[in-house]
Amino acid sequence: MAMIAMASGFLLILIGLFGALSNRNILRMIVAFAVANTGVNLVLVAVGYMDGRTAPILNEAVPVAEATARIIDPVPQALVLTAIVIGVGVTALMLAYAYKLFKTKGTLDISQYTDLKW
Amino acid sequence: MIKRFTLMLLLAGLGAIFAGLMLDYVPDAELNRTADYYAKNTAADLGAANIVTAIIVTYRGLDTLGEVTVLFLTAAIVGLVLAREKHEQSQPKREHPPTGELLTTGTRLLLPLILLFGAYVFSHGHLTPGGGFQGGAILASGMLLMLLSHPLRRFGHRTIAVVESIAGLAFVFIGVLGIALAGGFLDNRILPIGTLGELVSAGAIPLIYSFVGLKVGAEFSSMLLNLSETEEL
Repeated sequence: MAMIAMASGFLLILIGLFGALSNRNILRMIVAFAVANTGVNLVLVAVGYMDGRTAPILNEAVPVAEATARIIDPVPQALVLTAIVIGVGVTALMLAYAYKLFKTKGTLDISQYTDLKW
Repeated sequence: MIKRFTLMLLLAGLGAIFAGLMLDYVPDAELNRTADYYAKNTAADLGAANIVTAIIVTYRGLDTLGEVTVLFLTAAIVGLVLAREKHEQSQPKREHPPTGELLTTGTRLLLPLILLFGAYVFSHGHLTPGGGFQGGAILASGMLLMLLSHPLRRFGHRTIAVVESIAGLAFVFIGVLGIALAGGFLDNRILPIGTLGELVSAGAIPLIYSFVGLKVGAEFSSMLLNLSETEEL
């Protein structure tokens, strides 16, 4: 189970990088980055998963005394929660800059932006 | 052609690295020491049923404050980058097509429910798999629905800014109270811990997470608003 999640996460990272590097349209690159971001999150969560255990929430099913033996690692989950939120922020920023670039040059084709090229 | 080839080579190399990482990966049989500490001590120390929430709000509360700050910065920069366009646009340039009966009626029906659900998610963050960030995102989705159904209406940036500032200040204020009344910055034990698993428990965690929820909701809403106002209407 964890292996499937991890493999799909790595696959998503590769798909995202392929999309970001092979597309010339800035909007497509942003979508590709979001896909790669999801892949990273998936890999991180998969690292914290342990077979036969349950979510790190204490209730009747997981009493405090048995918590150590029953729950999965909560630290990667906390990390991924942070990563998702920051990912949203990064995507919003990229979209805002893409809009600004479109306003100045009238195109979203990355190969038209040669100002920093040497 | 050579570009394609380099790209494929790069991806193949990266894929090989990933495959190597994955084949060597052995899942842990038991919790590592950090996770073990959290599993053993969260209930007794903080009284939070959701250990992830306990980590985010209290054990690593300072990092969450930083995260909220990053989000605030993002919202501010999005506003700054898109600010000029807002002044330029004054009158709608063309007639906007009506949004349709389904969308407007659906919004009227769903919006209160979405806001209620968002409030539920962020106030139950210490008990259920939810919390301030998730609840805030749900609140912002209500805002998105409103923007879709009333594309011409101008929503007040001021209200959003006020909610965001008050929530942020309250978050920091509760954190400072922790220094004065309990063990340190953002300590949740300024309020009684209560019984594990009840709504009013876990000290200040529900309070802090509610403020985080409001703040995140306001920030996401302002981002959506700024992005939607770039649209030439």
